[in-house]
Amino acid sequence: MPTQPIKFYQVGSFAVGNRLLPDDQRSVQSEAARTNALNCGHRACQGCGEALGARYALDAAMRATGGQLIAVNATGCLEVFSTPYPETSWQIPWIHSLFGNAPAVATGIAAALRAKGRTDVRVVGQGGDGGTVDIGFACLSGMFERNDDVLFICYDNEAYMNTGVQRSAATPPAARTTTTPAVGPQPGNAFGQGKNAPLIAMAHEIGYVATATVAGLRDLERKVSRAMEFRGARYLHILVPCPLGWGSAPADTIKIARLAEQTGLFPVFEAAAGEVVSVSKIRRKAPVEDYLRLQTRYAHLFKDADGAATIARLQRMADRNIARFGLLDAGSPGAAQPATTSGEEGA
Amino acid sequence: MDKPFAITLDPGSSRANKTGSWRTERPVYVDLMPPCNHACPAGEDVQQWLYRAEDGGYESAWQQVMAANPLPAVMGRVCYRPCETACNRGQLDAAVGINSVERFLGDQAITAGWTVPVTAPDSGRHVLIVGAGPSGLSAAYHLRLLGHRVTIRDQAPRPGGMMRYGIPAYRLPRDVLDAEIDRILAMGVTFEQATVTDVRTAMAEGGFDAAFLAVGAQHGRRAYIPAGDSARILDAVTLLHATADGEPPQLGRRVAVYGGGNTAMDAARTARRLGAADAVVVYRRTRDRMPAHDVEVEEAADEGVRMMWLSTVAAADQGKLRIEKMRLDETGFPQPTGEFTELAADTLVLALGQESELSLLDGVPGITISDGVVQVGPDLMTGHPGIFAGGDMVPAERTVTVGIGHGQRAARGIDAWLTEDHEQGNEADRASAVGTAAAEPRLADFSRLNTWYYSDAPATVRPQLDAARRISTFHEVTSGLSETTALFEARRCLSCGNCFECDNCYGVCPDNAVIKLGSGQRYQIDLDYCKGCGICAAECPCGAIDMIPERI
Repeated sequence: MPTQPIKFYQVGSFAVGNRLLPDDQRSVQSEAARTNALNCGHRACQGCGEALGARYALDAAMRATGGQLIAVNATGCLEVFSTPYPETSWQIPWIHSLFGNAPAVATGIAAALRAKGRTDVRVVGQGGDGGTVDIGFACLSGMFERNDDVLFICYDNEAYMNTGVQRSAATPPAARTTTTPAVGPQPGNAFGQGKNAPLIAMAHEIGYVATATVAGLRDLERKVSRAMEFRGARYLHILVPCPLGWGSAPADTIKIARLAEQTGLFPVFEAAAGEVVSVSKIRRKAPVEDYLRLQTRYAHLFKDADGAATIARLQRMADRNIARFGLLDAGSPGAAQPATTSGEEGA
Repeated sequence: MDKPFAITLDPGSSRANKTGSWRTERPVYVDLMPPCNHACPAGEDVQQWLYRAEDGGYESAWQQVMAANPLPAVMGRVCYRPCETACNRGQLDAAVGINSVERFLGDQAITAGWTVPVTAPDSGRHVLIVGAGPSGLSAAYHLRLLGHRVTIRDQAPRPGGMMRYGIPAYRLPRDVLDAEIDRILAMGVTFEQATVTDVRTAMAEGGFDAAFLAVGAQHGRRAYIPAGDSARILDAVTLLHATADGEPPQLGRRVAVYGGGNTAMDAARTARRLGAADAVVVYRRTRDRMPAHDVEVEEAADEGVRMMWLSTVAAADQGKLRIEKMRLDETGFPQPTGEFTELAADTLVLALGQESELSLLDGVPGITISDGVVQVGPDLMTGHPGIFAGGDMVPAERTVTVGIGHGQRAARGIDAWLTEDHEQGNEADRASAVGTAAAEPRLADFSRLNTWYYSDAPATVRPQLDAARRISTFHEVTSGLSETTALFEARRCLSCGNCFECDNCYGVCPDNAVIKLGSGQRYQIDLDYCKGCGICAAECPCGAIDMIPERI
């Protein structure tokens, strides 16, 4: 990375806004006139990470497309809490069909727009981890392999929260859900199961695959904007903590997402044509305990020696991610600079 | 019914669903006391002027400094920086270089000729100030801004007090001092070289409505030391004064300084500059009990000044001192041990503290003097109505910064006293005028901050900055900051406890329940929709949001 004189700002790009930054370098969320794609009055729980992630992503997509956007929603929390008939929280064109067919509906809308010559209107498909990783997976894979012109966004809260916290293929090992209770010799979700949707998406060798969290707003917005520069199939996987299902304090939603990234449990990266092209480096490395302790779905790990062994196993998973994706800068004591975005500190 | 197929109702907005009713706690924006402001004896709103400096608004920042302190370029050099000791950033990496930014602003003002206009109408009242040191000058400045006429009398030919005749020029160049004093005098302050021997007579003869006494502590305290006829002993105040006058005394090659305060350090460093090959500070306690400030001790050590701890001077003779070793007893008090050594010294400089010359108050009714200082109320009024006192002659730490703070407090007290109805005796109003009665906001301590959001001060920049602060030149030891580094320092401020409009609360609310009111207007919580999750408070970098339980 070329070095250049640093113009130092009080909060750099870590905070949502910054009065010292030029307008063109400010985040979408800092604008008084942001779309607020998902409006007030929705029925999401206190501190919902998914509501936050959806607004972050869709507001950014609205800016990237000049407001020419249609969103397709799978069944799930996001759909249920935003549209109890006859009310809607959506301030953009929005459609819901079934739990499993959101990628296919999005494909159809993209095809219709192409047929009508409306190439200015772009399509986003979105769903939770259930609708994406489990139930909608065949449609999603088909959308990828046909390279349909859709950005599909998965808001991953690691279980079926809307129906009462049942395990999904995105539920992490050892996490307690109502279908993986904290009982027996290996309490919580089993190790060695589940699937990594971003890596599977990469295996389709589509143009753009990225991960993000609600703790990294600037990074998330940049990835949405980047995705909108492409045509064809694109995939964005956003980690959205769920206070209800994870048993965390509503106020800790962003803190937990940040810890997921800083522990290495949730690697944040972007990939093009099957190859990882950039990763967000860990800035303040934290042990996995810091992340686990804030969530009652892991409370059973802090009771006995078996739990300690499980924590050590989760730490090894985090360490493997750190090594595999190169999440730590060599020589930096876990305190790397933020990923250099559009010139925030390089201007 | 002109609706599409199978549609019977218009879509309604979820805004009809007032989710605010779910709330058990509500976020409330607060303004807390930042530790720097809390620690400043001169009463500066440090955080506010750093905020203004952050976007390059240096003149506006300087005006904010001037609201409390009329001598920023001086303070940017001689203040012992209690603000930086208190700074929360010290717990993150290193304290913000507040003092160096203040100096930069002060120097900019001198270069650019910025001034503070007197806009208050003439009150017709006339105040006598005795003593043209930091307290007296500060009081004169603030009284002028309040519309009062001011005359300062000082026995020295030029104003400045200890800033001119005590603090050595390597810490405070005289052109800087002159520029800042001249700016105060140009506001319509009359300076007269005159010795006030009786304050009541001076007030009556001059027709003054009130007086502020700030005569300082000019006399070096002596200690009985058995000395041979040819032993050379002088006190530090005399040494520093004579050096400032350009007539430094002959000290010889080996100089011992007896005492452990800042004046002892000044004397030893001055001795080095006057040619002493060996300057030794003799102090009867240990380093950690020394009243001198760390920065002074470090700079003295850097300049080759030696320290002799746990030692007293038992006797002085030509060319040598008899030193007795001390030990600290259980209470930390030094006790003699009966062990003696010899120290070669051509001159012994006594820096054992200073005393105030208070004869101008002789016979004034109501005045209380104890421990050699004048007792005053919170508004700095003495026991005699209309006579106020501040600076080194009242009980307080004896620094320029404290003196400047006293000047401001006394000016407010005098203003309140001049305007109040003396028949009523409404002292409470005066107490509130000087700010002592007002309840101070809570302190913004480090635990309230979410430091994740602050940029790391890059490791590549800080060493350069440290070097810039400490480059030695023959004249002034510490050099100032360039604009780039001053801006960098200002932007390192964490804005503890006070919103700086980073938009975090506005961005992180999952319910869009934070309303952005626009630049400078901050934010408002939309209580119709706020569910009370508390993310805004948790993610506020500077701890400016409290969660308050709702009454249910």
